[in-house]
Amino acid sequence: MMLRIKPEELLSSAAICAAKGQNVFTAMFGSDERQLGGGYAIYVLFTDAQKHSIKTIRVEFAADSELIYESLTPIYPAADWYEREIYDMFGIKPIGHPDLRPLVLHESFPDGYYPMRKDVDAKLQIRGKREYKMSTAKGAGVFEIAVGPIHAGIIEPGHFRFSQAGEDMLQLDAKLFFTHRGIEKLVEGKTVDEALLIVERICGACTVANTLSYCQALEKLTVQTVPKYAWLIRMFLAEIERLYNHVGDTGNLCAGLGFALVVSMGGALKEKIMHCNESLVGNRFLRGIIVPGGIKQEISMEALQELKTTLVEVEQSYNNIMELLANHSDFLNRVKTTGIVRKQTALDLAMVGVAARASGVDTDCRRDLPYGLYNTVEFEIPIEHSGDVYARLLVREREVTQTINLLRQIIDQLEKVEDKSLCYANPEYRTNEGSWGISESAHGNNLHWLMLDKEQKIYRLFVRSASYPNWPALTIAVQGDIIPDFPLINKSFELCYACMDR
Amino acid sequence: MFKLIETIIAGKIQTKPVNNMGAKNFRGELEVNSIDCIKCNKCVEACPVGAITTNQVSGLPEIDYKRCIFCGLCVDSCQKEALKHTPKDAEPMLGEGNFAAMKTLIKSRIGRSLAIRHFDAGSCNACDFEMGELSNPLYDLHHYGMYFVASPRHADLLMVTGVVTRNLEQALILSYEAMQEPKLVMAVGACAASGGVFGENYATVGQLDKLLPVDITVPGCPPRPAAMLLGLAAAADLYAKKKK
Repeated sequence: MMLRIKPEELLSSAAICAAKGQNVFTAMFGSDERQLGGGYAIYVLFTDAQKHSIKTIRVEFAADSELIYESLTPIYPAADWYEREIYDMFGIKPIGHPDLRPLVLHESFPDGYYPMRKDVDAKLQIRGKREYKMSTAKGAGVFEIAVGPIHAGIIEPGHFRFSQAGEDMLQLDAKLFFTHRGIEKLVEGKTVDEALLIVERICGACTVANTLSYCQALEKLTVQTVPKYAWLIRMFLAEIERLYNHVGDTGNLCAGLGFALVVSMGGALKEKIMHCNESLVGNRFLRGIIVPGGIKQEISMEALQELKTTLVEVEQSYNNIMELLANHSDFLNRVKTTGIVRKQTALDLAMVGVAARASGVDTDCRRDLPYGLYNTVEFEIPIEHSGDVYARLLVREREVTQTINLLRQIIDQLEKVEDKSLCYANPEYRTNEGSWGISESAHGNNLHWLMLDKEQKIYRLFVRSASYPNWPALTIAVQGDIIPDFPLINKSFELCYACMDR
Repeated sequence: MFKLIETIIAGKIQTKPVNNMGAKNFRGELEVNSIDCIKCNKCVEACPVGAITTNQVSGLPEIDYKRCIFCGLCVDSCQKEALKHTPKDAEPMLGEGNFAAMKTLIKSRIGRSLAIRHFDAGSCNACDFEMGELSNPLYDLHHYGMYFVASPRHADLLMVTGVVTRNLEQALILSYEAMQEPKLVMAVGACAASGGVFGENYATVGQLDKLLPVDITVPGCPPRPAAMLLGLAAAADLYAKKKK
């Protein structure tokens, strides 16, 4: 369903699509469609979980009209960063936005430079000097701590500014998008196969999720269907990606409180799965197998057998880790009631994935917007309600069990499949039509939206990773906790920087 | 508490020797069969990052591992199956001198220390995750006398991943300047080595050596942890030489 509206109708249309909060604000992005005969456009997406569909609002700015609209952020807080990004990249200004600082383009860019506009050369490096002011709390005795962008450990870059009252964190402002590589601009004008290689490299830990979302968005633009065998392999890979991330993240979480033993155990266990990836696909991050239309290569029975053996080992060792943690009073003392995100906050920010489910929000796009053959397998969606670090750990633990179970079901089906066709051939994609694809990564749902031009090349690709809606929640979760708990809270969310920054 | 002690006591040494052969299917170094190759140049055209060129004399394809992202498209394009991926890691490259000579050095000298500072200059986080794996019990970087340090001021080596972005350019230069002499720079993965699939655009400065002198390059997309270890061993030797 798509509503085509004028800018001044946005608030009322959003109210219809949100249906009193029943439908979740999913994404919002701009598009320069002047070359297609129109002006600029803003798309706003709402998910209707009951009807398994996404409602799209297309805000159309007439050519040469003033690029302003009334901000959605005061009513839908989840729109905050999206609107800032649209202003950064397209120069379309939300009137009434409470915090219109730059988001993506830092100090080395000039004001009034909007790189996503079609008439801006992608290769040209325009330099300037703009201000990027951190948001801080003021008051007697309140001081600031600046951390990053380069951190002490092996972590991706981000700058955190804490406003402190003694040990207590009053406020946190995160300056991100350090790894912004201009991917959405870079893929424009490329063929779908050329763009695939770049999409695979948006994020290492979400390689399969990103590729799968991208491929699905394309596949909706053709009448051909993806073979069953290909879908089974895709689901299989997606679940392995979720598994190795969850196992690794459990270990990493313990690095947040210096519990070296479990860090090592988690690391060693993850490495075993990574080794299986190498045998299965030829790349440890599962690159180079999923393509638009299906998959590129079969998976050998030998590698599948290796994975089956590893699964048994992973299941047992992971349970050992969790048993160790569940009986360790010091550990529990640190993780319980730390970094709480209330359910209402999770709903307001339209959070996704593990972090949302740990705050009592029942969301999972494998069920809400089903894709592939997920309706042929059985799985539960674990929910916790306390919203703290411990809840996020428990959700992860229960998801590991579900994922191992899912993998076994998929392997059973794989062994029975007779028709091993891999991919559809010579597809013709519909052009000038927007299309979305979604998949559940280890961190939550990952959405891609794209449109092709007349020559079957990418006209616009929008990537919204699972970390995008969850990052603002981190800054709220830390409030009132002490600063030594920040690494722990941060790691319990396990947010990607790369796939958010693009 | 008892469970904890039990686990510690029951734990065994899991560390494995460095093995630069991946699993059977791993897409590693490319191998050209000079007899079967019909010099059709299909692989040169298929390469999305321009890593393959034709040798002027022999007419055979030559691979620039600084560019290669190990995607396998060249192998798919070869009609004669003359080009294939071996499961072996592509070897690290030194800015000056050749790696073959360095390799004998690595074997002969064990027992040295190297302090490493990791720097994500705009990577997809795959290289960084693999770097993180170096600290797990299977690779156990510490037993080679190498360790990651919290500040560039304490580091001998800056280990850089990713294509350098505009937003990180300043931090990269400041980090390098904060290091003590002698200092080394390593480019990890295709993005840092050559810009990879991203190259230069409005948001990126490009490959690492546009800003800093690169001493060692570890090819891969991402390189396996074992390949990084080999690169680090070479770095340790280079560092010992520079220090003299």
